[in-house]
Amino acid sequence: MLSGGTHVAMGAMSDTVLANEPSRPRREIFYRHTAWVRAWHWINALAILFLLGSGLNIFNAHPRLYWGRYGADADTPFFALGSVDAADGTTHGITQIGAWQFDTTGVLGWSQTGGEYSARGWPAWMTIPSFQDLADARHWHFLFAWILAINLLVYLVWSLRRRHLQRDIVPSAADLKTIPRSILDHIRFKHPTGEAAKRYNVLQRLAYLGVLLLICLMVVTGLTMSPAFNAIFPWSLDILGGRQSARSLHFLSAGLILLFVFVHVAEVFIAGVFNEVRSMITGYFTVPGEHE
Amino acid sequence: MADWGKISRRTAMTAAVGGAGALIWNVNNLTLSPDFAHVFHAVEDWTRLSQRALLIPGRMAPEYAMKDISPTFKPNGTLDPGTDDYNAHVAQGFANWRLRVDGLVRKPLSLSIRDLRRLPARTQITKHDCVEGWTAIGMWTGVQLGLLLTAAGMLPGARYAVFHCADNLDGEASKGGEQSPGQYYESIDLNDAFHPQTIIAYGMNGRNLAVAHGAPLRLRVERQLGYKHAKYVQHIEIVSGFASIAGGRGGYWEDRGYEWYAGI
Repeated sequence: MLSGGTHVAMGAMSDTVLANEPSRPRREIFYRHTAWVRAWHWINALAILFLLGSGLNIFNAHPRLYWGRYGADADTPFFALGSVDAADGTTHGITQIGAWQFDTTGVLGWSQTGGEYSARGWPAWMTIPSFQDLADARHWHFLFAWILAINLLVYLVWSLRRRHLQRDIVPSAADLKTIPRSILDHIRFKHPTGEAAKRYNVLQRLAYLGVLLLICLMVVTGLTMSPAFNAIFPWSLDILGGRQSARSLHFLSAGLILLFVFVHVAEVFIAGVFNEVRSMITGYFTVPGEHE
Repeated sequence: MADWGKISRRTAMTAAVGGAGALIWNVNNLTLSPDFAHVFHAVEDWTRLSQRALLIPGRMAPEYAMKDISPTFKPNGTLDPGTDDYNAHVAQGFANWRLRVDGLVRKPLSLSIRDLRRLPARTQITKHDCVEGWTAIGMWTGVQLGLLLTAAGMLPGARYAVFHCADNLDGEASKGGEQSPGQYYESIDLNDAFHPQTIIAYGMNGRNLAVAHGAPLRLRVERQLGYKHAKYVQHIEIVSGFASIAGGRGGYWEDRGYEWYAGI
């Protein structure tokens, strides 16, 4: 089913170790992730955690999203977190999406920080730092934005030169034909074994390619919110439809990255958390046997 | 150095995991730690230097058409200085307002609004990007700051223009953090001060500048965030450094933790 070529592709420095133990079936240890990929993964994991947390704190300074070139208090948002005082003297957190409004008291719009309720978009437990401070949140955001951007640049140069992106991530036409079967396999929690487990399946490829594009979009939309960057590359505003559109796309792509993280972590647990996490730390992966 | 070879991969990985864990666990304390502030300042310097490397002098902030102007331009910060002195100026239609330009200059200036209106004017429709995240587009009319500074003449050692304002701001709840009162001031370097779009504006959207927007004079420094655009400007001081002014960080918000370089 798989050519030898894909074997080499997955571990560029492929060295397959066969552990020979007479009492047990042969368990194949496969060098799955190069040090470059592992570094890229864990730096991203830390940076994305800090960027999401600090980003939500920044968002709280103006918890409304708009489309177009401008947008402020007098303009109509398509998404907003706010609070309203009810007639009975209580305050409610309100989440607005388009024309709909939801009461989200306690979580969005009106929540507790250190035992006291206050008007804040995202609650303290979601933000970095937990207390509301735009200046401090921006410091964390830019520190990790640089780390994310440099990591992205190093990864792109390395993976294009070593053809990791072309061979292991971008799905081939043959891969794309397996999408329906792969969806069924995922629904049944059936994971590939043997040779097939040594390479990413088509849904993995699409997910990893997608999250890579989302990280690129985060960098571009983030820079487009910078007035100095606008003077350097004014076309970025034209492409994205204005600074407020760029800000909204920044927020929505962050949401998609968070969705990826949830699915990714769930899949790690389904596929075998010890083996999967170990392979991303040491590089070595125990190939699931054909009949296990 | 030879000892590095003895550090096993396991030790290095344990250290990395421990370091990341400690970072996450102590994030609130690190945020407030004066030692960690050096890391944040280094990041700000790195951002400033890399953006400035690409901001060759001629680069202009994008300008917009009349149809792009925000129907309502959100006023922010001080909405009315409200002091007796300022109220008297409002009552007099700012006829006695003076803009002083002094410090490291050859010839200090003291100009009335009428003097400024007689000078060549520049009108620009630009977006105002607040650090909080919102944007408003407005049309500004005023005198290029470079014109005033050229008339005053820079003395050796001149590096920054400091804008002293008539308003005392108490902070803004939306920005979080400390909400301490202080006289508003701002500073930019001469690179931005001599930029063609950096103007001392007296008009907005075809009218005189309103009180909420900084009447009678406000700074427009289009390649930076909103808090740099000082309102109610009375006095421009040319200095070699701003460490001895107020909190020493070059501006009201800078003294409360915000970046001096507000290009992003």
